[in-house]
Amino acid sequence: MVDAKNISELGSSDTQYQEINDLLDKNQHYKEGFFTSTHVETFKKGLNEDVVRAISAKKNEPDWMLDFRLKAFKHWQTLDEPHWAKAEYTPLDYQDYSYYSAPTCGSCSEDGVEAEIDPEVAKAFAELGVPIAGDDANIAVDAIFDSISVSTTKREDLAELGIIFCSFSEAVQDYPELVQKYMGTVVPYHDNFFAALNSAVASDGTFVYIPENVHCPIDLSTYFRINEAKTGQFERTILVADKGSYVSYLEGCSAPVRDTYQLHAAVVEVIVLDDAEVKYSTVQNWYPGDDDCKGGILNFVTKRGICEGKNSKLSWTQAETGSAITWKYPSCILKGDNSIGEFYSVALTNRRQQADTGTKMIHIGKNTRSTIIAKGLSAGKSDNTYRGLVKILPSAEGARNFTQCDSMLIGDQCGAHTFPYIEVENATAQVEHEATTSRIGEDQLFYCKQRGISEENAISMIVNGFCKEVFSELPLEFAQEAEELLAISLEGSVG
Amino acid sequence: MLLTIENLQAEIDEKQILKGLNLDIKPGEIHAIMGPNGAGKSTLASVLAGKDAYEVTAGSVMFDGQDLLELGPEERARKGLFLAFQYPVEIPGVSNKLFMQTAVNAVREEQGLLALDMFDFDEYAKDKIELLEMRPDLLERSVNVGFSGGEKKRNDIFQMALLQPKLCILDETDSGLDIDALRLVANGINALRSESRSFIVVTHYQRLLDYIKPDFVHVLYDGKIIKSGGFELVHELEEHGYDEIIQQSK
Repeated sequence: MVDAKNISELGSSDTQYQEINDLLDKNQHYKEGFFTSTHVETFKKGLNEDVVRAISAKKNEPDWMLDFRLKAFKHWQTLDEPHWAKAEYTPLDYQDYSYYSAPTCGSCSEDGVEAEIDPEVAKAFAELGVPIAGDDANIAVDAIFDSISVSTTKREDLAELGIIFCSFSEAVQDYPELVQKYMGTVVPYHDNFFAALNSAVASDGTFVYIPENVHCPIDLSTYFRINEAKTGQFERTILVADKGSYVSYLEGCSAPVRDTYQLHAAVVEVIVLDDAEVKYSTVQNWYPGDDDCKGGILNFVTKRGICEGKNSKLSWTQAETGSAITWKYPSCILKGDNSIGEFYSVALTNRRQQADTGTKMIHIGKNTRSTIIAKGLSAGKSDNTYRGLVKILPSAEGARNFTQCDSMLIGDQCGAHTFPYIEVENATAQVEHEATTSRIGEDQLFYCKQRGISEENAISMIVNGFCKEVFSELPLEFAQEAEELLAISLEGSVG
Repeated sequence: MLLTIENLQAEIDEKQILKGLNLDIKPGEIHAIMGPNGAGKSTLASVLAGKDAYEVTAGSVMFDGQDLLELGPEERARKGLFLAFQYPVEIPGVSNKLFMQTAVNAVREEQGLLALDMFDFDEYAKDKIELLEMRPDLLERSVNVGFSGGEKKRNDIFQMALLQPKLCILDETDSGLDIDALRLVANGINALRSESRSFIVVTHYQRLLDYIKPDFVHVLYDGKIIKSGGFELVHELEEHGYDEIIQQSK
């Protein structure tokens, strides 16, 4: 066993503070771009088997978890970084990132005594509007700061209903049988390059289990915050909805303004059993980088759910406005008969952002249904791609899919691309695909202005109108946040 | 004088369209502008409304005591200039209610009036929906989406009724309308006539003018007004066409 301390560096990050504030001045449109100066424990840059072992040791993990990591790491070493997405980036130097960073509390002991949340970290979440004190009655929050979960609210209330809502690390300790039963079943460690990397170095994440016939009364949410420079965030989220249960889960993300790419490679696995329903909503506002997208987040994420049981339902809703590059395809495996998969997406790119996002709907069970509504908005010099797969297997008697992809171009230097893949192996299936591309019309803008409406109001009205079908799927506060994010992200993109 | 146009010259894509146009409009007057295709009728309407694509190269336009050309399109609208579009634009996902409530309140703010909330707005819009015989669910529907050509034109006149402008410019509002829609549009316009409100009606046809009886009729040709007269000029044009007038003007 390698001692984690040999690899870790303890220290404060004050030296970077000035540099970051200077950068912030240049990027005032990204209001989440502040940096929290706190005591941190950060592993030295670099990735090898010792680092994987050290992460596991740091988290005091059982052997089965370490084995999973090592297996994944070995496999990852045999893989090549994928570059098939319609997004260009120079190959990353994986030795130039740190794979573990956590805030430490100067006054707290190191011997595992329950530490209070670092006041600086608490302040950061307060500034982001994340209710980590548990004072919002309608939502429970798991707050993740760099590599670790720093606070999970409302756990006791939820526990009374038998709901498990805790950090992934805690779940490994406290519910090993559940984690072992589900981890890697939907996204195996060998699924793809970034999933393998995540499986090897997973930092933290959220674990949710909703027991049979429990309707989770409040929204559960995770807020991801990357703070340290040159640190990858590799969270792993597992959400299990047992028979007849319901849960609405939300996630939000942000990061400070940086001048080099930051890596985020998450894995999310959702398991939905008979008659259960999961609504999974994401508002992604990772730092997109400067005007050339330098310093932005590379958001390489594998999200997948399985509708394991009959009549189960999984609905993904996402508003993607941040990140320099987004590579993300939240997918549904519709295994149970009559199960339903939904994907509602708004992806907005501006400046030189690149998004390649979409979904996969794999129909296996009889009478399975899926709906895909994807709205892409491109502004500036950005590229926005919808890539989706609808696959109807021979067993999927009577399966149906409806897909609608709409793209809107704002300005004349951006691109919108659509790659729909449809594979049908059962003749009873019905698959419909509709696609439109429009330019935010000079005509629409002039029409609004001629009625006395300001340009700013006109753009926000037109864009939000375009996204309305998707935003109406988001929980109310999230829908509002998404609308505001769109407005901020589009500032200065027209005229 | 509500509107004074002097020697107005304008071009689009470096092609000159308006070549020295003069026109005076007093409050309460209705002016019809007729002329063959390509004469510059729609250009005049677009330039007055402030459309970006057109560049004014010479001349001046005074509107209600201000230099109109100094103002952006939204400012012109707030000061009481309204354009009914030849092709009203669709805005998916934006309800007529949100659209017009925002517009009405932008104008009210300019006038120093309090904004209308959604209930006040519903009340305010009610009789205007009836006047133009719009569908009762008009306010909930997206702006012009799924509207027939006639409904779109009526919706523009409905917007005009809501905004109560000082100068209404109708750019071929009558084209493509069947006889019932034409009657509704004409009723809408007539209901808005007042001593303080003026109209510029750009059209190819006599039939709308028969309903609204303009005070003045102008023939626009090659970027200039080549003949002006009263309502009787409409009949002269119907009988002889533009050729005779164009020949005389040369």
